[in-house]
Amino acid sequence: MKSCLIVDDSRVIRRVSRHILESLDFAVEEAEDGQLGIDHCKAAMPDVVLLDWNMPVMTGIEFVAKLRTLPGGNVPKVIFCTTENDMAHIREAISAGADEYVMKPFDHETLQIKLQLVGMV
Amino acid sequence: MEVSEVSFRIIADLLEARTGQQLTRNRQWRIGTALAGVFREHGISNVDQLVCLLADPASGSLAQQVVEALLNNETYFYRDRSVFELLDRRILPALAEKRARSKRLSIWSAGCSTGQEALSLAMIFAGQPNKWDGWNIDIVGTDISEQAVKAAQQGVYTQFEIQRGLGVGQMISHFKETDRGWQASDKLKRMIRFKQKSILEPSTSIQRFDLVLCRNVLLYFGPRARMQAFDRLAEQMCDDGWLMLGAGETTVGRTDIFRPTAGNQGLFIRSSAADTMHIADPSTPFVRRRG
Repeated sequence: MKSCLIVDDSRVIRRVSRHILESLDFAVEEAEDGQLGIDHCKAAMPDVVLLDWNMPVMTGIEFVAKLRTLPGGNVPKVIFCTTENDMAHIREAISAGADEYVMKPFDHETLQIKLQLVGMV
Repeated sequence: MEVSEVSFRIIADLLEARTGQQLTRNRQWRIGTALAGVFREHGISNVDQLVCLLADPASGSLAQQVVEALLNNETYFYRDRSVFELLDRRILPALAEKRARSKRLSIWSAGCSTGQEALSLAMIFAGQPNKWDGWNIDIVGTDISEQAVKAAQQGVYTQFEIQRGLGVGQMISHFKETDRGWQASDKLKRMIRFKQKSILEPSTSIQRFDLVLCRNVLLYFGPRARMQAFDRLAEQMCDDGWLMLGAGETTVGRTDIFRPTAGNQGLFIRSSAADTMHIADPSTPFVRRRG
């Protein structure tokens, strides 16, 4: 079973995402800010991270930069999942080390296809 | 929404007469939702009222409006990825070999809806510039829906549409953000011509296609219209051309004009054509059979 860490300060988004991911047979962990997400990754590196952009403590960009410096931190596929929906933000996310980008609002099918694109489904 | 048998039949007959598509009773639930916009525009609330309006000789374009609303324009980029992998890894290389002299490829996206299938094909070619340098790639997208074809010609997609099936890398490479949405690049659009046309319409062009994609279209047709559609598709294909249908669609038992290729679900050739190209297994190279 593949594992996914959802890093998002919105409880609603975490709930919706968890529901979709569990239906796709992922073991799901949650973190409500970037630092907690990094702590999770240090303890157990997930296969994929679903990542918000704007969060307290640490932005999504800061999170992915820090994740990539951790031992094994290059392994997880990182999918940004955010309301920052313009080309500049998308390019910034990819440059920072993200693998895919989902623009909110999203649905089951969109997320599933993005997970397929990064080889996780 | 409750729809009387008489009104249902009138609407279903209208759709079939204009498009060849059947509206079966098990798709009746779609009528109310699909026609909601038409109801609003004409200040009515049910199908019986709509049928009364249609009977009025002065109803003008209402019938076409109803047909447009009932058409299923569902599509998205790289719909059924395995098909595009087959195209990329096997079919297009085989066509490149067959047409190496002329360096011309004609591909028809029949029932193209809002254009995502044709654009997905164009992205394959655009992503392999060295391989296709000097080739004349002509992708023709046709659909019976005027609205869908207009949208395809504009090539502008909403946030929801653009991320349905499309990876972020391809989105950045081939689309630009505009005030109206995500606009397909000129490079892609130059490869494609979109036209409003029924699959049942005889061709007036001498163009013959090397590959025809007609996926998830004929499943809505009745037996007679489907057979007629196969005839029309065959007439417009090269003798050694390929026809690709949607998952679960087949020509077997539906027409004698096409037959399945071995080992490739959804890929068909004309029955009269020699089986010179046989894709034995997508994981192995082509096996060429002669005679």
